Amino acid sequence: MSPHLGRRLGLYALAAWFALTLNFLLPRLMPGDPAQALFARFQGRLEPAALEALTVTLGLSDAPIAAQYGTYLGQLARGELGISLVYFPSPVSEVIAGGLGWTLFLAGGALVVAFVLGSAIGAVAAWRRGGWLDTIAPPLLSFLGAFPYFWLAMAAAWLLGFQLGWFPVRHAYGPEVNPSFTLAFAASAVRHALLPGATMVLASLGGWVLTMRNAMMGVLDDEPIRFAQARGLPPGRVFFHYGIRNALLPSLTSFGMALGFVLSGALLTEIVFAYPGQGYLLLQAVRGQDYPLLQGLFLTITLAVLAANAIVDVVVVLLDPRARG
Amino acid sequence: MSARTPTGTPIGTPTGMPTGTPTAPRRRDLRSALGVAIVAGFALLALVGPLLVGDPTAYVGAPLEPPSAAFWFGTTGQGQDVFAQTVVGARSTLLVGAIVGFAVVLVGAVVGATAAFFGGIVDSVLSLVVNVSLVMPGLPLIVVIAAFLPPGPVTMAVVLALTGWPWHARVVRAQVASLRRRDFVAAAQISGESAWRIVLVELLPNLAALLGSSFIGATLYAVGAQVGLEFLGLGDLSAVTWGTNLYWATNDSALLTGSWWTFVPTGLGVATLGFGLALLGFALDERANPRLAARAATGPGPQPTPVCRDGATHA
Repeated sequence: MSPHLGRRLGLYALAAWFALTLNFLLPRLMPGDPAQALFARFQGRLEPAALEALTVTLGLSDAPIAAQYGTYLGQLARGELGISLVYFPSPVSEVIAGGLGWTLFLAGGALVVAFVLGSAIGAVAAWRRGGWLDTIAPPLLSFLGAFPYFWLAMAAAWLLGFQLGWFPVRHAYGPEVNPSFTLAFAASAVRHALLPGATMVLASLGGWVLTMRNAMMGVLDDEPIRFAQARGLPPGRVFFHYGIRNALLPSLTSFGMALGFVLSGALLTEIVFAYPGQGYLLLQAVRGQDYPLLQGLFLTITLAVLAANAIVDVVVVLLDPRARG
Repeated sequence: MSARTPTGTPIGTPTGMPTGTPTAPRRRDLRSALGVAIVAGFALLALVGPLLVGDPTAYVGAPLEPPSAAFWFGTTGQGQDVFAQTVVGARSTLLVGAIVGFAVVLVGAVVGATAAFFGGIVDSVLSLVVNVSLVMPGLPLIVVIAAFLPPGPVTMAVVLALTGWPWHARVVRAQVASLRRRDFVAAAQISGESAWRIVLVELLPNLAALLGSSFIGATLYAVGAQVGLEFLGLGDLSAVTWGTNLYWATNDSALLTGSWWTFVPTGLGVATLGFGLALLGFALDERANPRLAARAATGPGPQPTPVCRDGATHA
């Protein structure tokens, strides 16, 4: 493993530890003791078991802070995130697991589509510099990118969903199917993901187009391309083998970082479409002051993004000999 | 591409699209003029607008009335005037945006300049902090911190400032590190100028344009993040801001009832302001980085790196 990769992975490990510790400290540092307030609010409404879980999660116990930290890390290692208040008595880990698949499906799908489509548009725009695509696409997409994701989603849901009725605008699948490995269910799930996914793709496409267009322009001005052209290789071969392959690396590098942004956007988009993923859970947690669920979501999302970043870095090193140095 | 009319392609500008003709500088001027006009317009609206419209929280009409002569933007689910809410909402959103933008750049500049100027272990530690902060996904972090604090504009400003500065620290660090190696800094050191004087008199003027465009980028981030957080319900819900406008619009089932007027004006406001800030930012970016301007005059080249990775705008 190269020193560069080692440093990057160390960075992610450190960030993960920071997230864990912040998550531990937040309820203990905040003014007004949210645990106490929650306790007062839920006294009599929650069962003793839940109150006890809340005590542990929010650190209301009298044990020394180091001991509490140890207990906390032990719980995390066993995947115990406490008990959700909104979805009482389900454990937080179960609630989150239920929504994780949908978010990965929606945000992951949107990310891949935006990446492939955006990179393709960017590459062609750079190849035909000053052509119609190069003239129209970057400005138009930048303008769309200026809107907040979730607002685009609201507008799309209202116009295409409610007014025109082209797409379903709520939930992840229709009432006529049950979650199962059937074609009907898959079709329904895809149909429900189309509109929220499309708004996310539209809002994030511009970034990919620009990254790819810039990288491609740099590559096209490079000597290997001129040499390939001078050798009389067909343009298609130059485009794919010499252009795209080299220009793709910067886009790939930002893929991991983009995941965090797309996920953030997806959280709010999910809320607009009442899509049962992490964003919808986040909304429930915020509105219901469900601190255990909120903290669990924070941890899951952060760790997932860090892991994805680490994987992308490893892949980049595998693809690019220069990054191995 | 020179055949395009400058006014016909204002939306091309956020990309900092270099053009291959001598008309480029004029188009750049038009672009920054448009950016200034949009941002100044919103600033004026935030300043005097609230004095001209009625109380935005007053129940003045029937719920969910479509736009009419009496209510230009219709009424909300509670029968409040959407136009008044949009105008008044601009004030809080812009104010918090500008304050956070300033705080973010200040912290980022101090950290970045300190790291670059002192180098060594100071640089290593600060850069590590910056890099760790940069790989953390923004929205979940902001949400979890904001949820534990009492809601309000102060909380909003503190949370956004806490999470927004690392990118600017990195940009300023890179710039100061490159300036530090220049001859004029060495000359100042040899002539016995103090470190403070070097930072304030020799380095700061060279950073002015960069800090300016950073401020614009940070304000853009702050406006987007703030609207997103308030939309989630993490703001002060009794206040009238663009974010709470959108929160109440969804809360009153604007989509189910088809009352588009409750969320379209605010959303267009956010987007137009963001667009104006982006124009301004790219104009300042080219000021900050003469290479970009030179490229713009001679032909297509690499794009400017946006100073703010405005992930939070999407948030």
